[in-house]
Amino acid sequence: MNPALQGLITIVVGVGGCVAYFYLSNQFLDRVLFPPRGPNTGRNINRANAIRPWLFLFPALFALGLYLAYPVFETLRLSLTDRSAGGAFVGLDNYSRMAADPKFWEAVRNNFLWLLIVPAASTAFGLLAAQLTDRISWGNIAKSLIFMPMAISFVGAAVIFKLVYDARPEDVAQIGVLNAIYLQLGGESPITWLTVPFWNNIFLMVVLIWIQTGFAMVILSAALRGIPEETIEAAIVDGANPFQIFFKIKVPQIAGTIVVVWTTITIVVLKVFDIVFAMTNGQWETQVLANYMYDKLFRANDWGVGSASAMIIMLLVTPILVWNVYNARKEMR
Amino acid sequence: MDNIAGKKSGLTWAVHISVAALVLLWIFPTLGLLVSSFRTTDQIRSSGWWAALFPAVQNEVFRTADPGEFRVERDGVFVVEGNLYVVAGRADTDGDVAAVVQAWGTSSRAIGAYAPGETADLGDGETMTVEANGDYVWTGSDDQLSGRGQRVFVTAESPPEFTFDNYQTVLFDPGNREGMAKAFFNTLTVTIPATIIPILIAAFAAYALAWMEFPGRALLVAGVVALLVVPLQLALIPLLTLHNDIGIGKGYLGVWLAHTGFGLPLAIYLLRNYMVGLPREIIECAKVDGATDFQIFVKIILPLSFPALASFAIFQFLWTWNDLLVAMVFLIDSSGETTVMTRQIVELLGTRGGDWEILATSAFVSIAVPLVVFFAMQRYLVRGLLAGSVK
Repeated sequence: MNPALQGLITIVVGVGGCVAYFYLSNQFLDRVLFPPRGPNTGRNINRANAIRPWLFLFPALFALGLYLAYPVFETLRLSLTDRSAGGAFVGLDNYSRMAADPKFWEAVRNNFLWLLIVPAASTAFGLLAAQLTDRISWGNIAKSLIFMPMAISFVGAAVIFKLVYDARPEDVAQIGVLNAIYLQLGGESPITWLTVPFWNNIFLMVVLIWIQTGFAMVILSAALRGIPEETIEAAIVDGANPFQIFFKIKVPQIAGTIVVVWTTITIVVLKVFDIVFAMTNGQWETQVLANYMYDKLFRANDWGVGSASAMIIMLLVTPILVWNVYNARKEMR
Repeated sequence: MDNIAGKKSGLTWAVHISVAALVLLWIFPTLGLLVSSFRTTDQIRSSGWWAALFPAVQNEVFRTADPGEFRVERDGVFVVEGNLYVVAGRADTDGDVAAVVQAWGTSSRAIGAYAPGETADLGDGETMTVEANGDYVWTGSDDQLSGRGQRVFVTAESPPEFTFDNYQTVLFDPGNREGMAKAFFNTLTVTIPATIIPILIAAFAAYALAWMEFPGRALLVAGVVALLVVPLQLALIPLLTLHNDIGIGKGYLGVWLAHTGFGLPLAIYLLRNYMVGLPREIIECAKVDGATDFQIFVKIILPLSFPALASFAIFQFLWTWNDLLVAMVFLIDSSGETTVMTRQIVELLGTRGGDWEILATSAFVSIAVPLVVFFAMQRYLVRGLLAGSVK
C-alpha cells in the first residue's frame, strides 16, 4: 500500500478512533452503566463522575506507561541479564564489562565535558543576546535570527558545521570558513578540525551551543522583561553603571529562570546523539554515552552493555527528574 | 528605561554593533549552506562560498583545437583560429562566454605573461593571440602547427553565477538513487500522523488533570513531570522487541506509535498548564447550565486552548521532522524503502563526503520546511517554550 495513503488512513483511523473512544465511552457511562435516573440517580451521578476522569486519562496513561515507564524497568532488567544465555540473570556482570571498556570511559569523560561547557555557554550567550536585543529597535529581528537554529535538525546542523570545518589540501582554495580564517591569520597548513583529539569535542559542542542559545535567549528575555522596573530605577538613581545593573540587579532576580534553562539544556546534552553520530560517529575520541549505547545495541548487538549504558544516562538524568517533580509539587500546593 | 539617567550614546552604538556581530555569527554557517546549494561543483571546489557573491578570478588551462584537423593555410602560413571556451566545450559557438580573460600565457612558468589582444611571439615566426573573450589566433609554419593543440594558460574573471541544477538533481531526477524526493515524502508520512494523534489523546488527559477532581491527580501530574525528562534511549530495545512480538515490526505504524508515546508527556504538561489558567467561571457556568464534561471539553476547552495546541503541534512537528534516532530504530528496515531525510543525509555524509553541492542541497531541502514553519508560527513556539519551562 502506498505509504501516503496508509498515513492518511492512519490519521483518519487514529483521530476517528480517539474521538469515537472518548464519545462512546462517555455515552456508555451515562446511558448504560450509571444512568442518572431511577431510584439511584444521585449515587449514579457520583459514580459516573468518579469514573469519567479515568476514561479521559486512559489512552494517555496507557501510552505513557507502555512507551516510557515500562522501558525504564525493562531496560534495567536487560542490563542485569545476558541475552546470549537466554536472558539469564547475571547481576552486575554487564556493568563490570562496560567499566572495563576504555571507550565507555572516553564517553563518560566527553559527556562530562559536554555537561560542563554546553549548558554554561548556551546560557551565557543566551543571556547576552537577551540583554543586548532587549532595548534596540530591530531586537525582534535579531532574536528571530539567533533563535532560528532551533528549527534546524541536529543532522542538518551537522552538515552545516561540517562545511564550516571542512579542510582541503594545502595547495587548493579552502572552502571551510574556519580553515580559511586560520590560514589568513597565519596558520601554516589547513587542519582537519574534527580529527584533533580533545579539541574536536569542543568543535562538536559548538554545534549544540549554536542550536540551544536561541532557546536560552527566548526564555531569559521573557524573564528579563518580568523584572520590576522600580528595582532598576532605584539602582540607576543610586548611580549604578549598566554592568552593575546587569550583574547585581538583573541576574540575581532571574536566577530561578537561569537554573531552569540550565537544567533543560543539560537534559538535551545528556541525550545528544545525532550530532556525534553524523559528524564523527565517535571516532577520534569524541564518543558520548548516547552514541556509545547505540553502538552497543545496534552494531555490536550487545544488549547487556547497551542497556547498562542507557541506565547510566537515566542515572544522570535522575537528579534533575527529582528536582523537577519536587518543584512541580511545590507549585500545585 | 536604562536611559533615564542619560545613557551614553557610545554604549548604545556598542550594543548595536555587538548584536549585529552576534547575529552575523549565528546566521553565517546556515548562509554558507544555502549559498553552496546554488553553486556548481566547479565553483564550490575552486573557492569558498563567501566568494560566490563577488566575481571569481580563476586560473585555467585550455588547449587550442588540434592543428591536424583545424589548421588552414593562408598566404603561406598555417593558422588555427577559434575560441578557447568553445574548444573546451564551455560555451556555444557564438562565443558568448561569461568569463573575461585578464591575462594569459603559453608556459606554466609564466601563466600571465600577456594581456588580452596582445600577440605572443613563440619563436621562429610562430605567434599566438588571445582576446578577452577567449578567441585565439595561432599562426606558424607547417612544422610548428602540428600534433596536439597549443596549451594556453588563462587567468579569467567570471561574474557570480548561481544555478538551480543541484535542486533539479536532488529533487526531480528520477534516475538519482540518492535523491531526496522519496525521503521527503517518507518524512512527511511519518510527521503528520505523529503530530496529530498525540494532541488529541493529550488534550483529554490534560483536561482531566486540570479540571476534574479525583484521588491521585497530583500524583499523576508529578508522574508526567517525571516522564518529561526520561531519555527515550531507554525505550529503544524494549519497545522494538515489543513491536516485533506483537507483529508491528519496523514500519510506519511503529514509528507513529513511538512518536506518540514520546511526545505525550510534553503535550499533557503544556496543555494542562494552559487549561488550568482558563477562567473557572466559564466552566462552572456551563456546568450549571447542564453541560456534561464531554461537552465542556469539546465546546469550550478545546477552542479556548488553541494557542497551547498550536505550540505543542509545532514542537511535535519540528521534533518528528528532525528526528533521526527514532526513525532509525523503529522505521527504517534493511530495504531502505522507508528512509527519512535525516537518515538519507547521514548516509550521504558517508558516501558523498566531499560533494558539497549534493550535501548542501539535500540538507537544505530537509531544513527548508521546518524553517518555514518556524518563521510562520514563531509566536506560538515562543509561547509554548515559555509555558513549558518557566513554571
